[in-house]
Amino acid sequence: MSNKRVVSSTINGQQVEFLTEPQQSLLECLRDTLGLTGSKEGCNDGNCGACSVLINNRLVNACLMLGIEIDGKDVVTVEGLANVHELHPVQEAFVLEDGLQCGYCTPGFIVATKALLDRNANPTEDEIRFWLAGNLCRCTGYDKIVRSVRLASQLMNDAKEGPQ
Amino acid sequence: MSKKMIEKEKHISVGTRPERMDAKEKVTGHALYGTDINLPGLLHGRVLRSPHAHARIVSIDTSKAEDLPGVFAVVIASDLPEADDRTEKAGESTINYKFLRDNNLASDKVLYVGHAVAALAAKSPDVAQNALELIEVEYEILEPVLDVRHAMSDKTEVLHEQIRTDGPNGSGDTPSNIAQHIRHVKGDLDKGFSDADVIVEREFTTVPVHQSYLESHAATAVWGMDGTLTIYSSTQGAFLARRQVSELLQYPMAKIKVIPTEVGGAFGGKNPTYVEAPAALLARKTGRPVRVVMSREEVILGTGPGSGTAIKVKVGATKLGKITAAQAELCYEAGAYPGSPVHPGAMAMFAAYDIPNGQIDGYDVLVNKPRVAAYRAPGAPQSAFAGEQIIDELAQKIGMDGVEFRMANAASEGTERLDGSLHKSIAIQEILGVIEDHPHYNEPLDGPNQGRGVAIGFWDNWGARSSVEINVNSDGTVNLISGSVDLTGSRTTVAMQAADVLEIPFENVKSSMVDTDSISYTDTSAGSRTTMATGLAAVEAARDVLAKLKAEVADMWSVSLDSVVYSKGVFGTNERKSENITFADLAAKLSGQINGHGNVNVENWAGAGGGTIVDVEVDPETGQVKVLRCTAIQNAGKAIHPGHVEGQMQGGVVQGIGWALYEGYQYDELGRVLNANLLDYKLPTSLDVPSIEAVIIEKPFPSNPYGARGVGETPIISPAPAIANAVQQALGKRIDQLPMTPTTLLDKIGVI
Repeated sequence: MSNKRVVSSTINGQQVEFLTEPQQSLLECLRDTLGLTGSKEGCNDGNCGACSVLINNRLVNACLMLGIEIDGKDVVTVEGLANVHELHPVQEAFVLEDGLQCGYCTPGFIVATKALLDRNANPTEDEIRFWLAGNLCRCTGYDKIVRSVRLASQLMNDAKEGPQ
Repeated sequence: MSKKMIEKEKHISVGTRPERMDAKEKVTGHALYGTDINLPGLLHGRVLRSPHAHARIVSIDTSKAEDLPGVFAVVIASDLPEADDRTEKAGESTINYKFLRDNNLASDKVLYVGHAVAALAAKSPDVAQNALELIEVEYEILEPVLDVRHAMSDKTEVLHEQIRTDGPNGSGDTPSNIAQHIRHVKGDLDKGFSDADVIVEREFTTVPVHQSYLESHAATAVWGMDGTLTIYSSTQGAFLARRQVSELLQYPMAKIKVIPTEVGGAFGGKNPTYVEAPAALLARKTGRPVRVVMSREEVILGTGPGSGTAIKVKVGATKLGKITAAQAELCYEAGAYPGSPVHPGAMAMFAAYDIPNGQIDGYDVLVNKPRVAAYRAPGAPQSAFAGEQIIDELAQKIGMDGVEFRMANAASEGTERLDGSLHKSIAIQEILGVIEDHPHYNEPLDGPNQGRGVAIGFWDNWGARSSVEINVNSDGTVNLISGSVDLTGSRTTVAMQAADVLEIPFENVKSSMVDTDSISYTDTSAGSRTTMATGLAAVEAARDVLAKLKAEVADMWSVSLDSVVYSKGVFGTNERKSENITFADLAAKLSGQINGHGNVNVENWAGAGGGTIVDVEVDPETGQVKVLRCTAIQNAGKAIHPGHVEGQMQGGVVQGIGWALYEGYQYDELGRVLNANLLDYKLPTSLDVPSIEAVIIEKPFPSNPYGARGVGETPIISPAPAIANAVQQALGKRIDQLPMTPTTLLDKIGVI
């Protein structure tokens, strides 16, 4: 009677197995099945970016993928960026630059920013705005988000150049 | 309550930029929003919505849905008790409980596409969705009323047979879609126009726009065996939500506990409740927790946008640049039930100017669209879009610079507005002065098809009731709780004010929002009031703590209370200079058993003025408008946290840019919304806007201890008219409708 399938993948560094119905989106699986509610639903049709996650290091909207599609894949959500004691530099930068207000879009922006900086360590303002155009923020007007990304870039570069 | 302002040298945290208390929880994804609440045994609630804009409900048959395996309960309007036909203030809007009941679940008629008709709870969202399709509703379809001018004529269907126009000369005799007609008159309008050398007159139209908070409405209800109804709600006002649920269910407030979650944006739209009462009904019927979360489509179709409007304006001035008369007719769509923001729209109309003669007629008009809700300075962006373009046009006709013309007519403290109120301390002239001197206003444009526009606006803000309690801990740290929902950082800004009064480090204050069982009444977080009014409650609570601690000190040292002094975290006495004890040591001595209360009802608050300078480039081939540069100027009174004030200004301006260029409901002739998703209802992205420069002016409001004014709403008022004025400069054409889409512009310049 049940159509459920077993999906086996790595989520935030942990090997995870879970059951999903074939029609369930990855976002539903993350939020409802796995309790990872950091990824948010804003539109459920790929227009707001609040559910941005990384699949094998590639930035995707979790609402546009099915849960079964991550079988064998490596998934990073916003919950996977900080360790127990320390924020990820991208998160640190958003805190320091006040790059959030209500915070609902923030997990998506954080994940998207990480994806950007992994590809381009020194993005220009235009590159930042272009990359983040798939993430909607209704509160900030984006200025403090752009500043956060620039600071994140600086913090990550400093960390790379720091003492080994 | 002391009326004295707190001296500048005691602003230690206030005016600085500490880290937001909620920031780390939010950047890590740990913060819990309404949509994140999950409880053991949770059922998923969904709402059936009307496909028709205007229809009578003949019958509803829920039996097939109830029989579907996995469905636990279905509710319709008759599951709610009859409600009183009584209207109360809610934020800057009003709530009539009979209408709220019908808006939660339609009883006799559906009045817009998306109107809630039934709700059900099922074991999974999929089962719930499938079950909705099994509910059979028979409708008798009526003609939809979609255009505000058409709705006002007597040749159309009326939405509510019982509504008569409540007008300046009493109530009308026949049913009407004009729920209210308000009129403000000042001076002698005819004489004012006859004194004018130049008169400009135009009509403007705008369509509904949505607040578009990224988190949809969400409520989770649990009904305890002891009769306690607990609701986790993504609401702007926990006490407001409790009152609405109490009225809708006719259930005592004491037995309803509303737990406010983190809120993923609200902007006025989360004052009314939509899903809380249906979730509660379903929880009662099933004995299980029920969560109702709207989809994006439901948010656009079923919840309050800002009003669509038709506005006629006529203004006259002398050749020397003095306005002699102004007249406006404001027709505001209320949607399905009365209550458009035509009152604040009329308040804001010309409020920045000193005008000797004027008349404003405002109409609250029923149409077959969702009932509007407050949206950031409700009503003002629409009236400013009209008013600030006319002011610009008048200046051009007279041959004066627009800013100079505004300055020559600027309102100041004591100016009587057209609505009869007298301005308190305001800073319109200072704002215009900053604009005149700003490099942005003085540097040349650098390309063809570019234009620069300026507009200003005034917003009255709100005061109202707030409660704060401060509990002192034995290590000298304090916990501050407030009844205010923190939408964009008020936990932090309220704590900053308390820390300064207590003269302890900001880091020693932990500030939280709490549920309705845990603190006394607090009005909704709306009207730009929270940092100001709840901040004042925090100041009072901190003063209460100090008063109690001083009494303890007097008792401990056997000195007179009057002799006890407190400065920089240390208590002393004028009677014996050798005695002193720190705040923390005293707290330890008392095992922390000290608390302070602040319950305020702020009746004397100040409005805020603001302005926008904007440069645009119009592509004459495509009609696309690009915002090149934008500067926002605003009087914050005192920026408690300048970073937050900048954020409010930048966010409000970008919402204003969206309103100006992209956003708006599109309807077909049957009243169906054609763009109920975030692809077709376009919000500004990071690529559409430049970095907004925020210029904060601090002209204190003397009745607030820090001089603070509300700041949240004002920034959205002037961007649309400023952009329209810039487009006019670029194209030589005035755009009289919003949004200024490429199609609209190409039509105006005669390309299509």
